[in-house]
Parts: sequence; C-alpha cells; structure tokens
Amino acid sequence: MTELLQQAKRRYESARETDEDADESEATGTFGGVNLNVIHPQLWLLAGLIVFPIFVTVIVSTKETGIVTSLPDLLPGTYALENYREAVVDYGFGRFMWNSLLMSVVIVVGKLTISVFAAMAIVYYRVPYKDVVFLFILFTLLLPVPVRFVPLYQLINDLGWNNSMLAITVPYLASATTVFILRQHFLSIPTSIVETAKLDGVGPVKFMIQVLVPMSKSVLVGVSVIMFVYAWNQYLWPLIIIESEANQVTQVGLQLLQGDVQGGNLSWSLVMAGSVLTLLPPLALMILFRKPLLETFTIQQK
Amino acid sequence: MTTLKLKNLRKEFGDVVAVKGLDLSVRDGEFLVIVGPSGCGKSTTLRLLAGLETATDGAISMDDREVTDTEPKDRNVAMVFQNYALYPHMTGRRNITFGMNSSGSFSDEEIDRRVAEAADTLDITDLLDRKPQAMSGGERQRVALGRAIVRDPDAFLMDEPLSNLDAKLRIQMRAELTRLHAELNTTTVYVTHDQTEAMTLGERVVVMNDGEIMQVDPPQTLYDYPKNRFVAEFIGDPAMNMLDVVVEDGVAVHDAFRLPLPREGADRSSAELGKARNAVLGVRPEDLYLASERPDLGETDFTARIDVTEPLGDNLLVHCSVGDEVIKMQAAPRSPLEPGGTVSVTYDPARLHLFDQETGDAFYHSTEAVPPDKSVERTASD
Repeated sequence: MTELLQQAKRRYESARETDEDADESEATGTFGGVNLNVIHPQLWLLAGLIVFPIFVTVIVSTKETGIVTSLPDLLPGTYALENYREAVVDYGFGRFMWNSLLMSVVIVVGKLTISVFAAMAIVYYRVPYKDVVFLFILFTLLLPVPVRFVPLYQLINDLGWNNSMLAITVPYLASATTVFILRQHFLSIPTSIVETAKLDGVGPVKFMIQVLVPMSKSVLVGVSVIMFVYAWNQYLWPLIIIESEANQVTQVGLQLLQGDVQGGNLSWSLVMAGSVLTLLPPLALMILFRKPLLETFTIQQK
Repeated sequence: MTTLKLKNLRKEFGDVVAVKGLDLSVRDGEFLVIVGPSGCGKSTTLRLLAGLETATDGAISMDDREVTDTEPKDRNVAMVFQNYALYPHMTGRRNITFGMNSSGSFSDEEIDRRVAEAADTLDITDLLDRKPQAMSGGERQRVALGRAIVRDPDAFLMDEPLSNLDAKLRIQMRAELTRLHAELNTTTVYVTHDQTEAMTLGERVVVMNDGEIMQVDPPQTLYDYPKNRFVAEFIGDPAMNMLDVVVEDGVAVHDAFRLPLPREGADRSSAELGKARNAVLGVRPEDLYLASERPDLGETDFTARIDVTEPLGDNLLVHCSVGDEVIKMQAAPRSPLEPGGTVSVTYDPARLHLFDQETGDAFYHSTEAVPPDKSVERTASD
C-alpha cells in the first residue's frame, strides 16, 4: 500500500515538473507526459481504501442490526432515522456533542490567545534569555498530557475542578506547537512593518489586533482546525476526570452507546450512528477551511 | 523645520562596531544622502536617527532637543523602507491613515484633507482604495511616501527606497523625490548604496566606509576633490584609475611615463611635491584621452596597450595595460581601436589627484578646491 502511494506520488511530482506542456496534454489525455488513464485509477484506489471503512460506517448506521457479512449487506438500510433518533434522544448524544463542541471551542480560543501573546513576546520583545524560554516551551512537547495524567488528576481534584468543563479544557490551553508555528510565521513578517508601526506610535495592543492578527489570518485558521480536531478527539482524559454523564464528551459517549447493550447483542448500528455524528463537525471544518489549512503547513514566502 | 546633529555617535553589536563615532550635522530642510558599500554602517546610522536602534555612545539632537534615548514615536520622524512596509491587508488609504489615527493628534476632517492633499501631490488618488497586492512596485513606494508625508514629520528618513524598483522607474522616482523635496522642503536623510542616486539626489553627500565618515560635501565637490582614495574610487563609474607612482620634484614618475604635476593654481599642499615620496596617482577615465583626439594637450610619453574595448554608445570604454597595471579610459565612440594595439595617451592636467600610499589621504589636487558651493547654503536657508 505505501509502495503504491509512493509510486503515485513520484509520478505526480514528475508530472508537475513538466507542467508547462499542460495545454498539449489536455488534448492527448496525458498530464505532463503521464498517462491519466494509469494515474487516475491508482489515485481512486488509494482514496477508496481510505474512504471504505467510513462508507461502511455510514451504511451500518442505517441498518437495524448492523452486522455486515456479505456484499448485499452493503446496501443502505431503512432504519437511518430511527437509529439517529435513538442515539440523539434516548441516549442523550446531543448533550455529548454539545459538551464536545464547548470543550473544543474553549480549547481552540484559549490556545490561540495564549499562543499569540507568547509568540509575540518571543518574536518582538527583548526578553532576557528569550531563546532559552522558547526552548523550554518546545521542551514541553516531550511531556504530552497523557504522561502527566497522574499528577494532573491529583491537581485537578485538589482544585475541586473534577467533573467540570475546567478540568477538560485548562490542561490543554498552552500549546508549544501553536507557539512554534506562530513564531515561525511572525518571523516571516518583514521587520520594517513592525518598525513602521513603532515609528507611527502604534501601541502593542493595536499592533496585535490590527496588524499581526489580520496578517496571520490563514495561519490562525489553519492551526485552529488542527487544534479543534485534536481537542474534539480527546478520549482518555475526559474518561478519567469526568464522572457524570451530563458532562461527558462525545468520544466517551460513544463508549456508553456500546456499553449499554452489554447484556447480549451489541447494537452496532447505534454505535455507527454515533460515530457518524461525531465525525461530522471535524469533517465540516476540514472541508470548509482546507485552503488555509494547506497554506499553514506549506513553506511560506513573504 | 529641523536640524539634526550627531555627536560622536557610536553603535556596537556585540563585538562588531557598526558606527564608529560619527559627527555630522544635517541642515534645516537639507536633502542629505548617506552613501557607502554594504556593511559600512549607513543603515545603522539611519536607524539610530529613527530610534529603532539605541546608541552605544554619543548623542543625537533634533533642533536643540536631545533625542538620543527618545522613543521612535516621540521623535516625529517618518521612515520609508526599501520594501515599502505597507500593511498587506489594508487599502492604500488605510495604510496612510493608520499611523495618523494612532497618534490621535489629527481630527477626522484634518486626516481626510491631508490624505487628499498627499494623494494629489503623489498622484495616487486612484490607488487609495486598492490593496498593496494590486499595486506595482512604484505605486507601492508612492503610497509609502504618502504615508510619510501626511504625518508632517520633522524629518524624512529613507532607507534605500528605490532599490526594489526597476531601472527606468528608479530614474523617474528619483526625479520625483527631488521635486517632492523642493515642494515640502523637509529635512531628509536618504541612505543608498548607489552612487548615482547619491549624486543626483543629494544637496550634500556623506560617504561612509567601515563605520566612519570619509567625506561630506556637495556631489560635485565630492567628485572633483575626493578627500581620500576610498571616496575617489567609490564615486564615479567607471571608477578612477589608481597608479602607484613616485613623486620627484613635481613630477609623477611611473615605469611607463612621467607626468609633470601643475603647481600653478594647485592647492597649497603642493609644497609637498618637492619631496620625493611614494604616492598613488588618481585620474578619472574621462580625463584620459587618446593623444590623437586632443592634440591641444601636447605630447606625452605615455603609451598603453589596449586589452579590451567596450562600446557604450556615447563613448568607447578602453581597458589598457600600463606596465603591470590596468587602466580604463574613455575614447570617442567608433574610434578604430584594436585590442593588442598600442595607443598614445594624454590627460587633462587640471584633473590629477595624488593620494598618500599609506593612509590613502589626498594630498594634491591639480586645481584648487573651491569653498563649498554657496548655492547649497541658499536652498537650505530658503
């Protein structure tokens, strides 16, 4: 599979290099000398491999029992409405979704705010031992949240934050990755722009809000999408720290859908309906903001 | 209107000394150009004036106000940068007014009036609603100038503002800057590495090298009476020819020729010509002629071998060898010269310079240096 992917990538790259004869190739059905009849099926195959499980998920979520054993089982069933209604209404999945959304938004907004301030301080201010401070921030990447679970659990309990929104958002607010990405972006903004602002007497707050943030819009959006997906997919920590079902998030909620039918037959169709619902918000964001997302993670020239 | 004074200004970056104790005063309303090779400290000097760098030692004053440690925003200077430094997400108008809003010292009508005025002066009225991406380089620089003008600063500081423009546009903008300065008469310090820009724009030109001022003079004086080898070689294109000679009894002696040095009208240091000493003879390419072109200059025993000829259209640049050294001279266009041939060379005796071999300081110009041009004083005091 990886071999196939690499092969396709190589072909695509060689095709891009010879992009100039694109006009001519349109007529002949080739793209820069590569036969489209060869490369397209390959790409379709790869895309299909990735999409297939999601496709099965969607199909199963429309069935009564949701056991797929043969090809005809892959036809959509007629229980779609019933399954989704049951998940959302009977199992309170809407509540989980709302909690997840709240958690993700708080994390994203908090992360961005803190990171913009931090990156701004690192790039534009003369802080003693600035590089050491930045290295220390990067160093925290070596200690991801799961490593800190035990002391964190203790701390949150001591603070009396357990089973609350604070418990699942605050530990995630500081982000070395975001600081790093923003720092790199700020460094690519010409210093003369900063100096012009200084000469004009533009204060730091005005500079941040009216110059720095608008000039970093696409990076901020790109980072937000990544961070949102990351926050949305939190599972282990909410599972540990959140006790009441009313405060639970959707990733853990999925588990509850499944756990409820421990007795005998596991209702896969219900679990899949929950999965599809859980998948939708990040997917929508990805589709909506794919352009700034790609821009953020390509090398920029200013 | 403002005068700027630098007193023993010094700037160090760690171990590197970028500016080594400058003393300079910029007159009220003057267009002063600082020119020098890269790394000579000219930009640092400008940034010190702007307050973007803090001086290690020395003082800067504007009029009689000491501003050495004043914040950039309190100096009331406007800076124009090489890369324009326009905010990419703002329209031309917003770019111009952004800084004005910040200082809070202008009313809305005042801002509108000033923007309209500046736009009119710079002919950028139709650019005001465009964003920088939709402007050409020249247009962007005009908007950047507009931003500098509207604030009515005490001084303009320009850091190679034309370097990013193409050759044709640069010449056009050069003329426009001169016109603008004549109109506004604001004290301007302009930094460039391009000696043509320095010569055409500056009322006075400061030549810097290695963190030190080499010479401060009006352009023509700089060209005619360079104070040292560095200035002589830096100003003028093609550069001045430099030949090692021995001065004996008022004659410059080289293996290939003997040039008698005129004493009459030469500056007073010509007394030194009596003593025998090693020196460097400087003569500009346009002051050398083919003997056949200028019979009026008399006979010489100066011959040179032609290496290469470069037709420049209005003249022919000839690279020749004299002994081991290479010199350049200008000949009439379409002169029938073949590489490998020998030519007899003559020179303008009024345009010879001698430099000390050790220090590089000029100790002889074959005509007396006139006192600094009076016309400059006049423009300054108007």
